Amino acid sequence: MSATLLTAADLSRTYGSRRGLFGAITKVRAVNRVSFSIGAGETLGIVGESGSGKSTMGRMALGLEPPDEGEVRFIGQPIPPSGTPAWRTQRARMQMIYQDPLGALDRRLPVITQVQEPLDIHQLGDSANRPQRAQEMLARVGLSVEQMGRYPHELSGGQRQRVVLARALMTRPDFLVCDEPVSALDVSIQAQVVNLLVELQSEFSLAMLFISHDLRVVRQVSTRVAVMYLGDFVEEGDADDLFAEPLHPYTRALVSAAPVTQRMPGHQRIVLKGEPPNPANRPGGCSFHPRCPLALARCKVEAPTLVPVDQGSGRRVACHLVEPSMSTSNRAA
Amino acid sequence: MFDAASVMVPSTQFTLSGLTVSFDGVTVLHGVDLSIGRGEALGLVGESGSGKSVTWLAALGLLPAKARVSGSARLDGTELVGASPETLDKVRGGRVAMIFQDPTSALNPVLKVGTQIGEALSLHRGLSGAAIRAEAKRLFDLVGIPDAERRLSAYPHEFSGGQNQRVMIAMALAGKPDILVADEPTTALDITIQAQILDLINSVRREMGMALVLISHDLGVIAETCDRVAVMYAGRIVEEAPAARLFAEPRHPYARGLLHSLPPLGGVRRKLVSIPGVVPDPRALPKGCAFAPRCTHVSDACLGASPTLRSPEAGRRLACVLEPENTDQRQFEAA
Repeated sequence: MSATLLTAADLSRTYGSRRGLFGAITKVRAVNRVSFSIGAGETLGIVGESGSGKSTMGRMALGLEPPDEGEVRFIGQPIPPSGTPAWRTQRARMQMIYQDPLGALDRRLPVITQVQEPLDIHQLGDSANRPQRAQEMLARVGLSVEQMGRYPHELSGGQRQRVVLARALMTRPDFLVCDEPVSALDVSIQAQVVNLLVELQSEFSLAMLFISHDLRVVRQVSTRVAVMYLGDFVEEGDADDLFAEPLHPYTRALVSAAPVTQRMPGHQRIVLKGEPPNPANRPGGCSFHPRCPLALARCKVEAPTLVPVDQGSGRRVACHLVEPSMSTSNRAA
Repeated sequence: MFDAASVMVPSTQFTLSGLTVSFDGVTVLHGVDLSIGRGEALGLVGESGSGKSVTWLAALGLLPAKARVSGSARLDGTELVGASPETLDKVRGGRVAMIFQDPTSALNPVLKVGTQIGEALSLHRGLSGAAIRAEAKRLFDLVGIPDAERRLSAYPHEFSGGQNQRVMIAMALAGKPDILVADEPTTALDITIQAQILDLINSVRREMGMALVLISHDLGVIAETCDRVAVMYAGRIVEEAPAARLFAEPRHPYARGLLHSLPPLGGVRRKLVSIPGVVPDPRALPKGCAFAPRCTHVSDACLGASPTLRSPEAGRRLACVLEPENTDQRQFEAA
């Protein structure tokens, strides 16, 4: 692994939520003591269902939202509080891509003007060269000269997401947080944007935190993958290994339930019972135990911690049933 | 799965022929021919704007008044295009039921779900009073809503998205339909909940001998649920075949492109083979084959007239003037 770019240690985030107009405020723990690190040029994919805390993680990684506990460090330094000049300066090196490019763009400005803006804001380079640099970046992401002068609504969804990518890359960031960047796009367009992301990542040696519910897309772009359930990391490991041999019962169910066009012989689909519990009302012990087909008595009382199961591959799993010593036999099964 | 010989066996129940739809002079559906057998599961795949939803909305008379619909949609011999509102009211919700992508907005937020399902039962089954309550409870049990008796008195906002989709399925089953049209029924749901809903749709279909039309952009969902699949592009069917054959050996360049665009879940990662360009604007369709500008096999023959659906082999229909060589397709079959 290359030099560490970003580290998150014991991050937690709790929101207050009120039920009804006069209800008491209940605490909702969106992210629960999560730790990870991302090396330069590396992509950490985060998968999980709605409410698992993956977007909150992304915002905390950028300092858009302060953690209640724990700390995020970028190149060894803590991230300054959001809104301060120091944070603004650092944000040039860290950028964010959202799901909805139309919402992220200004409808009243031609896209080339918007792509040039980061250079003006951060006072980067010679002002006379800025329009040309914006044009070069837009050409790199695949827009024609004629399309560059258009307004966002005159472009297709895929072209708009290309514009958002170009704008994010203008400040030559080291780190990009992508929150469901291709989820709103049609399959054929999604493939174009995923290919572009993978190319740009190696061309600009970008590190990424790539958040998505789509296992296929996450595997395609990620070096490592973390699986979230109710605010916890339940499993983390090398992207190819994790999808080939998921160890946590939740990851196994997730991978087996992803619809495929051709079933391998002997494939058994695991259909989980019930729905993810309300984060305001987390079950005791392992938060997955009410839906887990393998839960033991111990799982109801004792929360498992994320521990390495295999020194070589760097796989970490939070499950009482996957002991470090057991991992080999478990894999054989 | 159906094999080649049995595809034609189930007696046809619903037949669309030459179904054409235009809005303000812009044609969005260009003469769709399609049939559904009794108890069969038919998948309709395509990207946004391909006409997969409009096809069924037009067949069931659910499009706004400004839509011009021509051609024919026959349910067991009854013509539905241009049929009277009375005829359509009996068919919709009765013999043909529909469920949509967003169950929460398809339900009335200010009425208890029990009342809403009761409405369907009195309208289509003529039930009243205690019989409604009993049948509603039976349907809730059938679709797997726990504590059915009590949950009938709940409002839609008290249910999760997955449970609301179960409520919608229960309402769709209230009229004992012969055909269930499901338009992206699991797109708004999480993967583990999607698996539950697909299982539910499959089991009620088997139990009730109901035919299913599954409209989806998700090739995996279609592959796991359907017997037969039709691929749509720019308002036309471009290929149709038994599901197993279509996914193992797609022959239309668009169908092949769509399959190869899907990142694999296993095996070696490689650059995705994407389809270049974008879906054409229905107001400015290219001459000849609508897919020609994005097609890697394009030739002069493609630029004349739009290719017609022909049957190159039993059980398969294909609208392509070329016979794409099947050289390199097997390497993408992993996933």
